[in-house]
Amino acid sequence: MPARPLSLEERLAARGVSRRQFLKFCAAMSATLALPATFTPRIAKALNTAERLPVVWLEFQDCAGNTESFLRTESPGVADIVLEQISLEYHETIMAPAGHRAEHSLDAVVEHYPGQYIAIVEGSIPTANGGVYCTIGGRTALSIAQRVCSNALATIAVGACAWDGGLPAASPNPTGAVGVRQAVPGLKNLINLPGCPMNVINLTAIIVHYLTFKQLPATNEQGLPFFAYGQLIHNNCERRGHFDSGRFVERWGDEGHRLGWCLYKMGCKGPQTYSNCPAVGWNGTSYWPIGAGHGCVGCMSPRFWDTMSPFYERLPNVEGFGVEVTADTLGAIAVGAVAAAGAIHGVASAIRARRHPIAAHDGDEVLVEAAERVTQVVEQIAGPVRTAEAPFSETENAVAPEKSGDVDKDRPSTS
Amino acid sequence: MPKIAIDPITRIEGHLRIEAQIERGRVVDAWSSSTMFRGVEIILRGRDPRDAWVFTQRICGVCTTVHALASVRAVENALDIQIPDNARLVRNIIAGAQYVQDHVIHFYHLHALDWVDIVSALKADPVQTSELAQSISDWPKSSPAYFKGVQSRVQKFVDSGQLGIFGNAYWGHPAYALPPEANLMAVAHYLEALEWQKDIIRIHAILGGKNPHPQTYLVGGMATPLDPNAQQAINTIRIAQLKTLAEQARTFVNKVYIPDILAIASFYKDWAGLGAGVGNYLSYGDFPAAKDSNVASYWLPRGVILNKNIDEKPLPMSHEKVTEYVAHSWFRYSEGDQQALHPWRGETIPNYTGPQPPYEWLNTDSKYSWLKTPRYDDQPMEVGPLARMLIGYAAGQQRIQELVNAVLKQLGVGPAALFSTLGRTAARAIETALIAELLPQWIDELAANIASGNLAIHNSTKWSPANWPQEAVGWGSMEAPRGSLGHWVRIRDGKIVNYQAVVPTTWNGSPRDARDVRGPYEAALIDTPIADPEQPIEILRTIHSFDPCMACAVHLVDARGVEITRVKVQ
Repeated sequence: MPARPLSLEERLAARGVSRRQFLKFCAAMSATLALPATFTPRIAKALNTAERLPVVWLEFQDCAGNTESFLRTESPGVADIVLEQISLEYHETIMAPAGHRAEHSLDAVVEHYPGQYIAIVEGSIPTANGGVYCTIGGRTALSIAQRVCSNALATIAVGACAWDGGLPAASPNPTGAVGVRQAVPGLKNLINLPGCPMNVINLTAIIVHYLTFKQLPATNEQGLPFFAYGQLIHNNCERRGHFDSGRFVERWGDEGHRLGWCLYKMGCKGPQTYSNCPAVGWNGTSYWPIGAGHGCVGCMSPRFWDTMSPFYERLPNVEGFGVEVTADTLGAIAVGAVAAAGAIHGVASAIRARRHPIAAHDGDEVLVEAAERVTQVVEQIAGPVRTAEAPFSETENAVAPEKSGDVDKDRPSTS
Repeated sequence: MPKIAIDPITRIEGHLRIEAQIERGRVVDAWSSSTMFRGVEIILRGRDPRDAWVFTQRICGVCTTVHALASVRAVENALDIQIPDNARLVRNIIAGAQYVQDHVIHFYHLHALDWVDIVSALKADPVQTSELAQSISDWPKSSPAYFKGVQSRVQKFVDSGQLGIFGNAYWGHPAYALPPEANLMAVAHYLEALEWQKDIIRIHAILGGKNPHPQTYLVGGMATPLDPNAQQAINTIRIAQLKTLAEQARTFVNKVYIPDILAIASFYKDWAGLGAGVGNYLSYGDFPAAKDSNVASYWLPRGVILNKNIDEKPLPMSHEKVTEYVAHSWFRYSEGDQQALHPWRGETIPNYTGPQPPYEWLNTDSKYSWLKTPRYDDQPMEVGPLARMLIGYAAGQQRIQELVNAVLKQLGVGPAALFSTLGRTAARAIETALIAELLPQWIDELAANIASGNLAIHNSTKWSPANWPQEAVGWGSMEAPRGSLGHWVRIRDGKIVNYQAVVPTTWNGSPRDARDVRGPYEAALIDTPIADPEQPIEILRTIHSFDPCMACAVHLVDARGVEITRVKVQ
């Protein structure tokens, strides 16, 4: 073993990632967390001095969608930082050992690092009929969750299923599925990242936050971090201007649909869903479901399979907007919507103020700006690294899309 | 006759357990059991059929989106809806991107460690590795310095003492046959593929907003607007992005994945004689080439092969011959558990009768799995890439024949070698090459339609349930990367009254049927050699070759069912 573990920056340097690129990543993380830019040096320092944090990833009544999201950790820089920054000790989908050797990897972390590892949970936990609806190695998901999560430094429930039972818990919930919060009551340091799946950029941000500040980011009373779930999709939606102006898609493929008008009448749940989707995008692009032409299904909302379906029926009443009336009365909406947006923001701020270990963000603009920077910085990191190795010589002459895609061109520049 | 426990088998999706009995170093019997149940079919009852795809897509997040396609096709079949040509193309592109990405991930990240010894790679000579790599491909990342860099990175990782997901594995097992240089090449490509796959899947982000679980399907078409003059539609920029990503995908498949498969397979030819299984193969077919999406135009043909007979044309497939048993499954049928039901009459009534956890063994004489047991014309069927390539080969699909023959020639083996663990893994690569060729063509077709002014993406005539019949039944099929996927739906008064999905891994991983006939996993494990009962890597090879869509656990028991040893843990 070397006398001193290499710092993250040194490990990255060995892979051709420059200090400048590393600092850009740190800036991106501070932006995702909606922290002022002055925190960037603190993040860089924390990442460079931290030991590799043991992490175990448990899968129960899952579809591996969050695992796949994790594998899509974007851009070489970010992926390497996640893989090299933590020590992922157990993850059934990708770990090499099988059987008892695999189980030993899990047991060893629980025994040797009590209170010092992060448990990530994917999938719901069945409680009906003694938990027989999910067993691993002959043990129930419930017993495994209780043992592993109870001894963890923190538990991160990724995806809708681990949060509130998700799809298996949809009515009539045949297996008595619940999320971690209910399965292991009283768990301290539980962070919930709902979504189907969760957006991995938020998971990365939580880990970086912990390594930097040695505490978890501020959450609401349900354990949802404000930096990711503090704002309505509707408030940041790229189609919002059309909503305010009363321009709605009336039929799939009609002119309004092609021109990017508001999808509210097609059942979009954006007006009632809190998420940073529009700000951070998905898969390292600026794209996200509403941007691609389909309404939001509200997958980050509580019990969304029951509360947000039928997915193609419009929300009966959007809080504070009176849309059911005004959406059908073109042109009469703009003034009311602006006033209501202010009211909603007031509510969100009040919730946010309840628990606030770190003075973080104030005002909506910070989050939007932050997320824009994440997308851009991630692309900037990805670009030089890939170009240096030039693997795709055959395609270099093809029509190359602009590196940053069509990232938020209609938003004012923040640089 | 040792009894050992490997529980769970990893590097698959979901939860599966296999108990197996070995004598004189070979598996003589095996039982396949899924140990997780969610009840999606029950949850669907009473819901809007147009929502079904959003629910069923969540059956799997690995080959994500495949259930969405089967679902919208089932509802469209029930309501007699024809989709626009552009919707056919967008669906082909999304499914095609899924194939290419998923197969590459399967090989490098879920299967390769069964054949590739990472620790051995530390002993490789980077210069010789570079020569090996350059001899099989002109992929530019093949310099000695590049491989030296990868080796140093792995060495540093090992020296750190925190091996993470690579700890406690079977490194040094005598069943590993690659020289250190081939191991180093494969390790380098394991890491490259990890980076590649997240780029390629941006095709889903462009067309569906995200991956996993893209959000763009609609009964009647797609929600992806097309308009060259609109900012938030499939326009010139997005077509160019799709095209670039598709070309990147094809390049990696042709220059890395295919050469690696051929190189690695050449060291494991004994596996061309192991792991055949039931010898019957089924494919519903997929990837319509014709504007009306007719079955005869499918790039992957529909058909059935019995008893490994690839010398004659495949038999026609009729979905009415598909049934499911629950004789050995933790379900009951209201009219008795010994019958087999077609999915339109199918029932999902969970009825757990297994041991109470924590448990050591299942009672494999009675019910032992959460999977039902699908049968076609009362026969067990293997589904997946091997089935598709065999059916395409026997049907005379020209490009499939060319690719299959090229691989057989390269490896110096005959067509009989396909019926094996190695054949299954090779067929997956052959199929990836085919789909990677088609992907750019479909994008070109889509662009040509847009250029000609055809922007139709959705058939809205029956979008409103007011335009539906009071009762309707339908079935929808697709070929998922892992195999034949069928959804069957009954609609009444605008709501789902019954929904049944028969998925690829149910075909392959099913428990015995009412006549005690084994399923494909169980049959394929018979005669598998076990060099070291404490490290049964050979079982992983055959099970992983099917690319199971569930996590699993394997038990090996001796003929008396008495535990002799358990895997030691360090």
